[in-house]
Amino acid sequence: MPLIRDGKIVEDSWVLLDDEAELPAKGDVILSLNRLKKDADTIQTRGGRTGVILENDVDEEDLAAYLPQIDLVALTFPAFTDGRAYSQARQLRTKLGFKGELRATGNVLADQATFLCRVGFDSFEVDNGQSIDVWNKALRSMSVAYQRGYDGEQATRDSNPSSQGKAQPTLA
Amino acid sequence: MYRYDEFDATFVSERVVQFRDQVERRVKGELSEEQFRPLRLMNGLYLQLHAYMLRVAVPYGTLNSRQMHKLAFIADKFDRGYGHFTTRQNIQYNWPKLPDVPAILDNLAEVEMHAIQTSGNCIRNVTADQWSGVAADEVEDPRPYAELMRQWSSLHPEFSFLPRKFKIAVTGDEADRAVIAYHDIGLRLKKNSAGDIGFEIFVGGGMGRTPMIAARVREWLPKSELLGYLEAVMRVYNLNGRRDNKYKARIKILVHELGAEEFTRQVEEEYARLDVPQGLPSDQELERIAAYFAPPAYEDLAENDADHTQHLVDNKEFAEWVERNVAPHKVTGYAIVNISLKPVGGVPGDATSGQMRAIADLAQKMSLDEIRVTHEQNLVLPNVRKHDLFAVWQELKEHKLADANLGLATDIISCPGLDYCGLATARSIPISQDISNRLGDIKRQRDIGDLKIKISGCINACGHHHAGHIGILGLEKRGVEYYQITLGGSGDENAAVGQIIGPGFSSETVTDAVETIVDTYVDLRQNGETFLEAYRRVGAEPFKEAVYATH
Ligand code: SF4
Repeated sequence: MPLIRDGKIVEDSWVLLDDEAELPAKGDVILSLNRLKKDADTIQTRGGRTGVILENDVDEEDLAAYLPQIDLVALTFPAFTDGRAYSQARQLRTKLGFKGELRATGNVLADQATFLCRVGFDSFEVDNGQSIDVWNKALRSMSVAYQRGYDGEQATRDSNPSSQGKAQPTLA
Repeated sequence: MYRYDEFDATFVSERVVQFRDQVERRVKGELSEEQFRPLRLMNGLYLQLHAYMLRVAVPYGTLNSRQMHKLAFIADKFDRGYGHFTTRQNIQYNWPKLPDVPAILDNLAEVEMHAIQTSGNCIRNVTADQWSGVAADEVEDPRPYAELMRQWSSLHPEFSFLPRKFKIAVTGDEADRAVIAYHDIGLRLKKNSAGDIGFEIFVGGGMGRTPMIAARVREWLPKSELLGYLEAVMRVYNLNGRRDNKYKARIKILVHELGAEEFTRQVEEEYARLDVPQGLPSDQELERIAAYFAPPAYEDLAENDADHTQHLVDNKEFAEWVERNVAPHKVTGYAIVNISLKPVGGVPGDATSGQMRAIADLAQKMSLDEIRVTHEQNLVLPNVRKHDLFAVWQELKEHKLADANLGLATDIISCPGLDYCGLATARSIPISQDISNRLGDIKRQRDIGDLKIKISGCINACGHHHAGHIGILGLEKRGVEYYQITLGGSGDENAAVGQIIGPGFSSETVTDAVETIVDTYVDLRQNGETFLEAYRRVGAEPFKEAVYATH
């Protein structure tokens, strides 16, 4: 499945591990939250990074204790119109201060790109035939945004600390 | 009123370009209808029974004359010469063609308008008291906050794919003309015991198949913290609102299932965790927005105008119109003119392009360039000198806009129903026309007094029937339309859900039933009590007896 990061299609080093499958000694693996909890100790000693995939109905607080060991969190979009993962992403970035890779999986469309980036996603599994050009065009479609305190490429109007240093359109 | 600066203009024009691209990809087949649907809905475009329908946002119901002229232009050029003002204070065009839509949006952008988030499962166009800023008894003008919310909710990165649509209404007055109790979030500006103005916050009201009156979650919130608190409410809803069943997905169900207390606890907990200041606009930004709503250049006028007083004496028809359709203004010597879009037997909320132009010109000449759209599907000229009232009335009369029926039996709210709407189970416009014709005699209407009749063409309740003193809901059984009647609903500061009186009526008999209910009220009323007051005193029984005895 094509993976987009930094505006490019990139090689995906991560493998989604089935709950029953054996934990490989090396390589980057994405685990379910249950598996992560179960194997928390083993994970520390293996070579390779650990990621976790969260369902939409888990409380991300549940993950807090494991976050220091985690390099990637994948959130799912069961449907393009199911927006729970936006709030989950926001919580992970702001409340839990997660700095690693935040990946959007499932039903991910270019037309969501700006929303996804602003709540803190930085990699995207796209499985719908939309080209990277469509994706990048969508990403650049809006240069301004009204909401303060959300990250992203767009400029917000005021000079709040969060938007300082970003391009400010001149005001009439 | 608010004016776009370069920032807003950039936002809207980029949005149009984005949508044009989406339309092109849809036409080319690169987007499936399923993928395109939520995208077009977020741009106000519905697929209706016969055609697309474009719903244009009129933020908190405020327009200037240039904008109204543009709406008239669009009606002529891209539609069939009229538009339909809705209970959401918006305007709908019923016959646009898909390839024309980006051009319509371009035209709207020229006058600082758009169709963003007039539909879809996102935060919809924010509505407000139509007399905001001019009502004689207002605590504070809510429009700066309505504008702030318009901006904040536009393409919100976190809250654009909610379980279901989300409606926010705000009022700055004790008297509620914005139906806040029936909204997902209702906001009221009020003073606390220390004399500071803040927001009282209600959540979880709604109509539809499970009508609910909103619960109060906050008695008072400092004004400046509004967006922070809204973020907390929205997050609790976005994460926990039901997505398994479309009919249980509104926030009212979440509030109901959790209980108001537990819901409030979750919101407060989330709010306490937030870095609130980070998401708030700066004081300068608030002031920048508020400055646009500074009072216009009112003249220093006397309380009474001699010519006006004379016209009242000389012309009974004019005097009756003033009595019903003109309301007291904050500023001495001015008045609020309410224009009825409910001619007897007409289609509620429809205006022709000619009427729109006439109103635009009047606004420019005699209402300090302002027009408001009301949720009752009427229009308002909010800033008319008493001296000009007669001239305004004459001009309105010329364009068949001077019906003196505001708040009377023929001031009916009706949704489009089966004549246009793809979801309808029954016709609603013809029923409202029928009732309007039946009760149309103005003497009789004045005798009946304040009466709100509201009609919906299906359980979705866009015609606000739950809040009607007399509510009518059109349903269908085995291919035959029938109409359920509810009594005692109200959408004001004493909001109530109307109660079903019994078996429904056919399209031929529903008007008779309504007339019987009205006549029953006229017979039993005491000391000038209104229909609603009488109903609250005697209950449904006398009305049921009368209706079901004769039918
Ligand atoms: S109430 Fe039903 S019929 Fe009327 S406009 Fe709404 S969805 Fe359509």
